[in-house]
Amino acid sequence: MHADPKGVLTGIHFIDGDHAACEGALAAGCRFVAGYPITPSTEVVERFASRIPLVGGVFIQMEDEIASSIAILGGAWAGKKVMTVTSGPGLSLMMEHIGLAVITETPCVIVDVQRGGPSTGLPTLPAQADMMQVKWGSHGDYEIIALSPNSPQECFDLMIKAFNLAETYRVPVFFMMDEVVGHMTERVAIPAPEAIDIVDRKWTTKKPGEYQVYMPGEDQVPEMVKAGDGYRIHVTGLTHDERGYPAMNPVAQDKLVKRLIGKIRDHREEIVDVREDGVEGADIVVVSFGITSRVAQAAVEQARTRGVKVGHLRLVITWPFPVTRITQLAESAKAFVVPELNMGQMVLEVERAVAGRAAVISIGHAGGTVHEPITILNRIMEAAQ
Amino acid sequence: MNELPSFDANLEQEFGLINPVMPYLRQDRIPHIWCPGCGIGTTVNCFARALTDSGMDLDKVAIVSGIGCTGRVAGYMNLDSFHTTHGRAIPFATGLKLANPGMKVVVYSGDGDLTAIGGNHFVHAARRNMDLMVVCVNNFTYGMTGGQVAPTTPVGPSQTTMPYGNFENPFNLPFLADACGAVYVARWTVYHVKQLAKALLEGLHKKGFVFIEAMSPCPTLYSRRNRLGDGVDQLKYYKEKSVIRNGADTKEVGIAYQGEIVVGKFVDRDRPTWLDSMNEHYGKVFGDRFTPYGVTDGQE
Repeated sequence: MHADPKGVLTGIHFIDGDHAACEGALAAGCRFVAGYPITPSTEVVERFASRIPLVGGVFIQMEDEIASSIAILGGAWAGKKVMTVTSGPGLSLMMEHIGLAVITETPCVIVDVQRGGPSTGLPTLPAQADMMQVKWGSHGDYEIIALSPNSPQECFDLMIKAFNLAETYRVPVFFMMDEVVGHMTERVAIPAPEAIDIVDRKWTTKKPGEYQVYMPGEDQVPEMVKAGDGYRIHVTGLTHDERGYPAMNPVAQDKLVKRLIGKIRDHREEIVDVREDGVEGADIVVVSFGITSRVAQAAVEQARTRGVKVGHLRLVITWPFPVTRITQLAESAKAFVVPELNMGQMVLEVERAVAGRAAVISIGHAGGTVHEPITILNRIMEAAQ
Repeated sequence: MNELPSFDANLEQEFGLINPVMPYLRQDRIPHIWCPGCGIGTTVNCFARALTDSGMDLDKVAIVSGIGCTGRVAGYMNLDSFHTTHGRAIPFATGLKLANPGMKVVVYSGDGDLTAIGGNHFVHAARRNMDLMVVCVNNFTYGMTGGQVAPTTPVGPSQTTMPYGNFENPFNLPFLADACGAVYVARWTVYHVKQLAKALLEGLHKKGFVFIEAMSPCPTLYSRRNRLGDGVDQLKYYKEKSVIRNGADTKEVGIAYQGEIVVGKFVDRDRPTWLDSMNEHYGKVFGDRFTPYGVTDGQE
């Protein structure tokens, strides 16, 4: 289906990533946002608060991020497409409800405009250091999806994809911006509503009595209903059976957890999204994501002028990780160079996929600014020797 | 209810033997987990009766619980029911209500859940006058985890984490709710089943933040540890030491250990809800360009 025109601000804009992300959410059909102010993400909810009265929907500023992260789950079960927006310290507070969203299979989008940490860290300066937290931060075993935009345009485009993935797989989807992407102002083209493809919720066509709230389809994803439609559903954070009833035993646990993980892992090849530039047959492959990919691209182009056969693989979707593609490239590449605004997080996944068949070079950065292209260039040149 | 092994439509037709609250319960989830002498089931009975008397379309009533013994209530009610995380029933319910204002949303949880870990959400939902009915079953203790001190435990009794007797000052919950702006505040005990059912009925029809405290025994932990007898002994205490004082100043209704319990309807006033305020305000700001949210068919 196409986007609801009410939420789409078609035209050419000169806006920052935070504002573009908000427009992406509105275009994607998001009509309920609960949030709590935190730098450098606040502009997303500020824009939503200003836009939503005439689009039709609700914004509420909750008392903290714990409340925001569960209010959106209530909103989703009432039938809305929902989002919350935060940065590191707020993300830490939300962790319990990531788990609740996973086990109750509640579609939602969580925007994390990353800043330097740990703790209060660098509120106004960038980092990419929450990549492992979104993957592993809540207790228990689970899978999520994460996207890493590198420009205001992508903040718009990928936000629509984020909502579509959340609805398709009924899973929390993380939108992993950073302070630079959030605050850089660039040209953003918003297409006409009919040019925006929207995935609707997987509503059931079954009648009350026939419907079971957690009966999975062939894709392992159950159909959904909303509160108030007469289905009298029960939804719990406890391990549950297909009826949604608590079933606290190893058999039910095995069945549920394997499905929650399987519905993402078994669709990994459909979900992963990488942008490749000259990686085929390259000696050196730079793997990057988010803002760092723009710095890395400059380094890659300079290395090429010096005769190095270097490719660039950008992770547009960071979770699930494109294990298969990296494994293929490891057959021929000599080295992988992984710059990121953290002390080495996604590089661990690269190492896992490469499995010793090539060198893997981490270019960590504690955050606060972006890499200098020369830093990445030097490591590419070293690897090429 | 326990005398009936299972729901049998024939029994109902021939002998009228079915407990009238049965249709409100998820029969396939009975027996429940609550201990003998616990009062939570009694409050559920009162709630079911209130639902019957309300005449509401039960498809449009949702119940949200947190974690704990009372947190299990959602799982037994034959309504759209949500068993959420510890302390966070109110913000979940807030999202549910705002995203579908046509629903009547009831939060049903325990004193520890609502007023310790969930205390911040409680005060803010009351401040905003979020249109929720909050039922707090207060047994003075953390039952599910084995009898720890709660923000409601009076000074004096022993709890596992106050083994020499509690020395912390407890909350006076009606005063807290009143001070934060609740439009309806009542307290009853599970001895007062008629009054409790009536308060729940009034609460269902009241618009805005409704707070109903239902005092309930925990014979397994609180009573046994403090040699207060069984559930019946606590009911006797409620009977003997309760004083009905409708309209009482909520400042004056704090509870001392085994002391007087002031019960009644303390607050019943009108204040615009969060959504009403939003609609009215945006109507003024935007004029005809604004379509009031959630007031057309109850579904949007």
